[in-house]
Amino acid sequence: MNQALLLIFEFFKTGLFAIGGGPATIPFLMDMAEKYPWFTMQELSDMIAISESTPGPIGINMATYAGFRSLGLFGGLVSTLSLVFPSVVIIILIAKFLDGFQENRIVKAVFAGIRPAVTALIAVAVIQLIQVSLFTEEAGGSVFNYKSGALCVIIFILMQWKKTKKLHPVVWFLLAAAAGILFQL
Amino acid sequence: MKELWELYISFFRIGILTFGGGLAMLPMLKYELVEKRSWITENTLLDCYAIGQCTPGIIAVNTATFVGYKRKGISGGIIATLGMVSPSLLIITVVAVFLQALIGEPLVQHALVGIRGGVCGLMLNTVYMLAKKSLVNPFCIAVCAGTFLLAFFTKLPTVLIIVLAGAVGVLCDRVIGGAK
Repeated sequence: MNQALLLIFEFFKTGLFAIGGGPATIPFLMDMAEKYPWFTMQELSDMIAISESTPGPIGINMATYAGFRSLGLFGGLVSTLSLVFPSVVIIILIAKFLDGFQENRIVKAVFAGIRPAVTALIAVAVIQLIQVSLFTEEAGGSVFNYKSGALCVIIFILMQWKKTKKLHPVVWFLLAAAAGILFQL
Repeated sequence: MKELWELYISFFRIGILTFGGGLAMLPMLKYELVEKRSWITENTLLDCYAIGQCTPGIIAVNTATFVGYKRKGISGGIIATLGMVSPSLLIITVVAVFLQALIGEPLVQHALVGIRGGVCGLMLNTVYMLAKKSLVNPFCIAVCAGTFLLAFFTKLPTVLIIVLAGAVGVLCDRVIGGAK
């Protein structure tokens, strides 16, 4: 199939099924990294960092970036519009026809099931992300990069600490970049 | 026409001034839509927000569509959404072009490896926060564990897993009335 059509299809699907905002799109982006030559898992990790550090909704930023990596300027535009198209239609239908949609019993039951599932899907995506980011493939198999691993653990711990937990993500990425240069990761 | 333009500009401003989407956006939405423009009341905003969270897609976009539609109908919904995504399109494209030009530099390579380690830490934190918020009873823990096993050990498509989880929610609600 034509690459542009595939891009439209994949992001339309993501927009329709990614429930819970930005992070919920990550499992879908990961599927794309596996299935298509558009971008690699490592690049997906860069996309997450950039999307968290620039203005705008994270999900939109990631879609624009992923689309740009696949098909340039046109790709960025197409993937973003395909991502938002299903929500625009659904929200307009709800606004027009369904008063008290969010109070509906079936809607509540569906989302009660989906919410914990999305948490699990994102957890699996993060495990895959760790596999590609903290391990390097070498001749004898994959080797754990202990410096990157330490950086990951330190940042996670600092994010739990009261004094530093409110810091903006961009601060962590700048620190991580500095550590990367300093320790020649 | 003027009102549509105002919608576009307002959401453009919200898009460019919010880092991070989701809950981080609420104060900005409130300032721009409730206090400055008085387009909607604070209660309507919270309603929009609740709907934005239990519909598919990006929460910020859903809220923009809803507010735009309430204000100016279908064209309002579309224009508000375009306003919301425009800053991302511009900024991300510029960043992507720059990064592509710099990617060969050894310094940039080291920085990126560091950043990838940092992303892992940040994403672990995201999962931890989500787990704390969403795993509030045994039903949620069971669905989460089941989904984890399915997603980790099988090749089932993500879409199918999400549909299944929704079905489980409805089923439990019917059988025990316990899916809360």
